[in-house]
Amino acid sequence: MPAPIRLRELIRTIRTARTQAEEREMIQKECAAIRSSFREEDNTYRCRNVAKLLYMHMLGYPAHFGQLECLKLIASQKFTDKRIGYLGAMLLLDERQDVHLLMTNCIKNDLNHSTQYVQGLALCTLGCMGSSEMCRDLAGEVEKLLKTSNSYLRKKAALCAVHVIRKVPELMEMFLPATKNLLSEKNHGVLHTSVVLLTEMCERSPDMLAHFRKNEKLVPQLVRILKNLIMSGYSPEHDVSGISDPFLQVRILRLLRILGKSDDDSSEAMNDILAQVATNTETSKNVGNAILYETVLTIMDIKSESGLRVLAINILGRFLLNNDKNIRYVALTSLLKTVQTDHNAVQRHRSTIVDCLKDLDVSIKRRAMELSFALVNGNNVRGMMKELLYFLDSCDPEFKADCASGVFLAAEKYAPSKRWHIDTVMRVLTTAGSYVRDDSVPNLIQLITNSVEMHAYTVQRLYKALLDDISQQPLVQVASWCIGEYGDLLLSGQCEEEEPIQVTEDEVLDVLEGLLASNLSTPVTRGYSLTAIMKLSTRFSSVNRIKKVVSVYGSSIDVELQQRAVEYNALFKKYDHMRPALLERMPIMEKTATNGPSEIVQTNGEAEPSAVEAKHPPPVAQPANQANDLLDLLGGNDVVPVIQTSMPTKPASAGGELLDLLGDLSLSGPAPAPSVPSSQPPFLLDGLSSQPLFNDIAPAGIPPMIAYNKNGLKIDFTFERANPNPNVAVITIHATNSTESEMTEFVFQAAVPKTFQLQLLSPSSNVVPALNQGSVTQVIRVLNPQKQQLRMRIKLTYTHKGSPVQDLSEVNNFPPQSWQ
Amino acid sequence: MSSFQMQFMLLFSRQGKLRLQKWYVPLSDKEKKKITRELVQTVLARKPKMCSFLEWRDLKVVYKRYASLYFCCAVENQDNELITLEIIHRYVELLDKYFGSVCELDIIFNFEKAYFILDEFLLGGEAQETSKKNVLKAIEQADLLQEPRHEFFTVPVY
Repeated sequence: MPAPIRLRELIRTIRTARTQAEEREMIQKECAAIRSSFREEDNTYRCRNVAKLLYMHMLGYPAHFGQLECLKLIASQKFTDKRIGYLGAMLLLDERQDVHLLMTNCIKNDLNHSTQYVQGLALCTLGCMGSSEMCRDLAGEVEKLLKTSNSYLRKKAALCAVHVIRKVPELMEMFLPATKNLLSEKNHGVLHTSVVLLTEMCERSPDMLAHFRKNEKLVPQLVRILKNLIMSGYSPEHDVSGISDPFLQVRILRLLRILGKSDDDSSEAMNDILAQVATNTETSKNVGNAILYETVLTIMDIKSESGLRVLAINILGRFLLNNDKNIRYVALTSLLKTVQTDHNAVQRHRSTIVDCLKDLDVSIKRRAMELSFALVNGNNVRGMMKELLYFLDSCDPEFKADCASGVFLAAEKYAPSKRWHIDTVMRVLTTAGSYVRDDSVPNLIQLITNSVEMHAYTVQRLYKALLDDISQQPLVQVASWCIGEYGDLLLSGQCEEEEPIQVTEDEVLDVLEGLLASNLSTPVTRGYSLTAIMKLSTRFSSVNRIKKVVSVYGSSIDVELQQRAVEYNALFKKYDHMRPALLERMPIMEKTATNGPSEIVQTNGEAEPSAVEAKHPPPVAQPANQANDLLDLLGGNDVVPVIQTSMPTKPASAGGELLDLLGDLSLSGPAPAPSVPSSQPPFLLDGLSSQPLFNDIAPAGIPPMIAYNKNGLKIDFTFERANPNPNVAVITIHATNSTESEMTEFVFQAAVPKTFQLQLLSPSSNVVPALNQGSVTQVIRVLNPQKQQLRMRIKLTYTHKGSPVQDLSEVNNFPPQSWQ
Repeated sequence: MSSFQMQFMLLFSRQGKLRLQKWYVPLSDKEKKKITRELVQTVLARKPKMCSFLEWRDLKVVYKRYASLYFCCAVENQDNELITLEIIHRYVELLDKYFGSVCELDIIFNFEKAYFILDEFLLGGEAQETSKKNVLKAIEQADLLQEPRHEFFTVPVY
């Protein structure tokens, strides 16, 4: 039997393969040879064979049959065997497989080996991949080695201890005694790893933190070490571009941060050294800036005096001007974190920040954008908006939605005049109109309605915008609505703000009918247009033309459009006397809560939807009596009320409890709005509810699923994709009850992970009839901009046979089409 | 819970071929493959003008290209990216000292040595030794322990 091919020989051979198939063939051949060699229990070449296997594993080929061989190598007496064996273990084994536990005994022996390099191998392996069980078994050995005078082993033991603590936090206490004089070591390796260990302990346990602050007087020790590093002369062993052991400096600064946080005394004790590092560190290379950066982070996190904080922010300001984009990036990240607390200091660097909007790097641009929005205030709003609108014009699509939302928010808060506000809104709609969020349309409509003196100007501008471009749906929708409402102002040429345009009724109707007919218009937009045309029947004189249009669409294939047209037809034919009253101008709307995004969240540059608290818009004040009549006229709709109302059983504190139960998942339950009778009529004539009545849902062919099935309660999920936003999945839950008693007071609640947003609409009822005689349905809308795998936790409460029932469940079996 | 952990380090070529993978968190082979594939694609798509940091899933990735090799570390979000760049640089310096003007071929043909060196520099994702000299000394000594007349030469050979 010839000796197996050498490792490097194999590598050379495999690299000559010209195709994937050829490579695969070579690998298979070699694997077969290796397998038979393993079967023969060959000790001499086991090491060589495993090494080859590791190479092939890196190429992507399976190597699990080598796992046990690694264990045999580890158990061998030869150092070479152990070296490869441990490497193999780290690459091929993992703690999910029981086989890894077989290593434990070997590691234990090797931790006590006479050769420090063998001990080192064992410590390294344990500290890299040790499972909780292994850590429990071997913690004692590690603790012993933490106390050795051999610095080579001590430093490794410290990091191994860190791993043990991460895996089995309860074991932290046992390492405490060994930490006593770790910091009096001269060896930098031990110092560095000791600081890491102390950091881990202080981070994990407030008691440890307090102990190290008070009893061990850690801060003065660290200050002393840091001072020595800075003041000492050139030390070739640890020098990096003129700085002595930057790694250790950074770690010390980090530990100081943790010790100084929320602690006046500690913060004071480190004040001087922080100032010293901040002013004396050489900044020509990345390494110096790395230290400065850590210093800034520490200054901002502890209770530093204001002079120091200003120093820190100025460092960040200088970073912003650095040629190195990495430095600019970290500066923006840090400024984002501090803009709330040190707003004025950051304001001083506003123009530099705004310049960063033009940076080529996507991450830098995003941070600059978020920071810019955070810096907008009443004084600088005009200038800032100009820059941000310019950015909106030219930025990548991935930014447009967030930027548009940000502009709307800032405009709402700080608009110097109504005219400016509307101009800004118009600008966003015309430049980024297809990217604005769904809820922008109702918000803008509300804004426009309430700016009474601007109606003529607004409708004129919107009309002109439509003449230019009808592809951007939110713009078209808002424009349609306005023309429907204020078309008479358009005709009368009453505009004060700018030159009034001359336009005829026919021209206006041409435009609206064009929208109806255009391929570019979504069903939602068509709905808006038809309604607008209808409204004009009381504002224009071309009633006949309007009647004709309306009757044509009475046979539209689009069910929603058809329904509207038929109803409007009915208005003309049978209820003409009611038409003027029904179609009159919308009243001023009460703004009870901020609609839409209430805050541009400091996501620190990460792409996350900025509407954090999805505050549900309040029910719009509608003349209720007329609407009731409408309900009667239309024969008592079975349409599910889609306004945000709650079944008035849940007390407002429920939100709190649920939060506790569901941990850190973001919560969305039915909004506890004022108790409105569930027969609230649907808003036919305006699309202001957050759930437009018309069907904006296009069936997407996603298979339904069973989300829950227990104790006779079954909950099915059916899916639709919401148009036009492909990131929103619309789920309808159907709850049925197969038991003989009905389930009353049924409440369904759901929570999703942080990257998602959830909107839960009102349920059809809160009684699930017995014996599957009916169901409770409820609609959930899930926004999933990051296209992550959808998961949900649901909570069900109901009363069954007189007793309250409550259950929590996870829903993980969502079909991939629902979130991809 | 720890906000300063390095989760993994990957070395790959400009064609996306993996040259080294060091994982400091437990993941299945399948997950590792998926992460590697996606991350390699993402990094290779970056333009030269972009900065060395990118947000990926809930991690921060720090990467730098040295000749034909990308060195890529994934750290948790609170970490100091600039010092991670220094860590990467230190590792490259160590390889360079050991192999003498290291190139990608050295790492391909002596991958196990690249791992040994990394394991003397980092442990559990943290630096265990900040002196270049000490790391190289340890490797040298360990190499000497290797049983003689073995094909794992201490001097790299293609």
